[in-house]
Amino acid sequence: MTSTDLLARSPDWSLRAEPGEPSKYDDLSAFVERDGKNQRLELNISGAKCAACLAKIEKSVSSLEGVSEARLNLSTGRLAVAWSGALPAPTIAETVEGLGYGVSAVSDTSAEELRRKEERELLIAMGVAAFAAANIMLLSVSVWADVGEMGGRTRQILHAISGVIAFPAIAFSGRPFFRSAWNVLKRGRANMDVPISLAVSLAFVVSVAETIRGGEHAYFDASVMLLFFLLIGRFLEARVRRRACAAANDLAAMSNRAVTRLDKAGVATKVSAGAISEGDTILLAQGERAVVDMELCDDLCELDESLVTGESTPEVVYKGARIFAGAVNLSHPVRAKALSRASNSLLADISRMLDAGEQRRSSYRKIADKAVALYVPFVHSAALLTFIGWMIAGAGVRESVLVAVSTLIITCPCALALAAPVAHVVAAGKLFRNGIFLKSGDALERLASVDLIVLDKTGTLSLGEPSISTDIDSKVLQDAARLARASRHPLSRAIASAAGPGPIADDVTEVAGQGLEATVAGETWRLGSAVWTGIEQTDAPTHGLYFRKGKSDPQFLPLADRVIPGTEAGVEALKKGGYALEILSGDTEARVKEIAGQLGIMQYESGVSPTAKASRLEALRAEGHKVLMVGDGLNDAGALALAHAAVAPGTAVDVSQSASDAVYSGGITSLPLLLKVARRTKRVMIQNFSFAAAYNLIAIPIAISGHATPLVAAIAMSLSSMAVSLNAIRLAGINKGA
Amino acid sequence: MTGLLFLIPIALFMGLLGLGAFLWAVKSGQFDDPVGAANRILIDDDKPL
Repeated sequence: MTSTDLLARSPDWSLRAEPGEPSKYDDLSAFVERDGKNQRLELNISGAKCAACLAKIEKSVSSLEGVSEARLNLSTGRLAVAWSGALPAPTIAETVEGLGYGVSAVSDTSAEELRRKEERELLIAMGVAAFAAANIMLLSVSVWADVGEMGGRTRQILHAISGVIAFPAIAFSGRPFFRSAWNVLKRGRANMDVPISLAVSLAFVVSVAETIRGGEHAYFDASVMLLFFLLIGRFLEARVRRRACAAANDLAAMSNRAVTRLDKAGVATKVSAGAISEGDTILLAQGERAVVDMELCDDLCELDESLVTGESTPEVVYKGARIFAGAVNLSHPVRAKALSRASNSLLADISRMLDAGEQRRSSYRKIADKAVALYVPFVHSAALLTFIGWMIAGAGVRESVLVAVSTLIITCPCALALAAPVAHVVAAGKLFRNGIFLKSGDALERLASVDLIVLDKTGTLSLGEPSISTDIDSKVLQDAARLARASRHPLSRAIASAAGPGPIADDVTEVAGQGLEATVAGETWRLGSAVWTGIEQTDAPTHGLYFRKGKSDPQFLPLADRVIPGTEAGVEALKKGGYALEILSGDTEARVKEIAGQLGIMQYESGVSPTAKASRLEALRAEGHKVLMVGDGLNDAGALALAHAAVAPGTAVDVSQSASDAVYSGGITSLPLLLKVARRTKRVMIQNFSFAAAYNLIAIPIAISGHATPLVAAIAMSLSSMAVSLNAIRLAGINKGA
Repeated sequence: MTGLLFLIPIALFMGLLGLGAFLWAVKSGQFDDPVGAANRILIDDDKPL
């Protein structure tokens, strides 16, 4: 039984003023699938990249009691665990976390499962089409190689066998196209799949007629090969999209967190966040994140609001203060009154902003969409005009249809359909190897057109956690650390980590918002705020802690947020790349100014609320800027969603990661590469589409003049597809440098 | 000419065999975790002597 379970059952929560450390994984129990005695759980693991990680995680989890299977999928980062017996789910998560990996629950597997199924169907369809194309080609080549000695009967038999192979293959592998074409036709519109379906089925029907007639040309090979090439593009597209969506459902997981509610008699029960209504009393345990906005009922508590405001220093709030959803309670457990339902909280506001951003992004017109809009009417009118032209010229219906169909086939959108997906996949792979995880292919197009970069400060430019900023006497540091090691407060931890491992003073007491106290060798030692150590002047520096031994003078230990190593170089490279930079931070003026000065960024704004961030982005958009937003906190999520393009560091909260187009690791030094790859990808895509257009300009006259035999069609189709694919592969060779 | 009578069926049969193997591989999850499969081979689970 975990400590919070105890807490929840305890009739009087105040009896357990020291609730120990509640596990942040308690809510995982809700995600366990139970089947009799057997239990299954799927977890998202972040940070596992190599064979050693794989072995370590699987071995450690397998050695837990009752675990029958633990298998980590390195491609998706999912760990599937099956066990029986009393092993609590949080223990599994803690075991993995103890090895140094990030763990989170897999929130919604049904949507993910659907996409996985779609991808698998496309792969199978592709395999079937490949089999059919290869075998029909085998027969077709012998027909084409004929120099006059093949009898009409033999040719007819070879065509017939081709048809027998082609029919089931087209019926099976063509389904994704037929279905999609039918769906849009029903609504009176057309997409790329309409000409594809038409070309494939017309070519098949005409070929069957030709075979029965004993004619010279049959287009079975062309129609199946067309499907094969198109399915390659479809499959690659589906794969990029599935990876993109995997990270997207985290906001829901966050607001589904369990909350401890206290009734009038003080009895604690665990309820889901959705069940909280206005006026409920909630117990916010130490280290727990508030899921709704609430008002503090106890005297005081200390909050980490960095997620909400971007402020890096914890803040002490007093009775009656508003605690925003997303804030973490750093001090003792406190009671608070819910001010709103979960659906009205700040978190829900941000979620709505995310939706708005999502809609705006999906309305962005991709280059590929524009190409299709030009292609469809052009090809269909070309085929129709060819038919009419040949009829007028006095050719028979049979010949006119044959030429029109060959026009449809040879103008096949293979190159068009492969142009974008291949470039996306190659670029995404290139970025992946450099620690940048791209979430959707079309994001590259948006990233390529960016001209202004808006940066958050805390967590993006600076580490977001305090550390000792100047050299101080190591004796003082060691003594202060004896107190600091007893506390989980971020400032204390900064001192403890600067001092390294060492002894802890006995009986350290902590007063929230004030500091620590202990008696060492008969002396009272105090570590904390200026007032706590007896300093009365109000202009004393506040960015740090004071340490006082007995009656001696208090020592000041300056603590500051530092710039992430390598950020200067990254900023320099971005400036050289011609991007305008701007800092938008929720932190105080002084600190933002300091960091902006250090990095040489002229434009900055401080003390900006989440909604003000979003409106600033709207203003920049109105000025005609294409803004790239870089941020990590909950307070950035809205701005990230509304920006033209957005990226988040790997340390960002889940919500911000899902609001972004890409997630990078290792500081903003990755940004120049990301932007460079994006620009190159866009260039390659435009080249590919231009090539496809040029190809059609040459192929259509050949087809219209009636020279597009099945052999010509097969060669033209393969060459154009190969040309765009090879052009896209050039993207893998981009260097990191300028 | 009669050669075609058995060569074409043999070619088709071998093609189908390959297709069957591919379908089996997809359905049994051989392509679910290519990264993991590439790494698993490096894991040495032999017990020391």
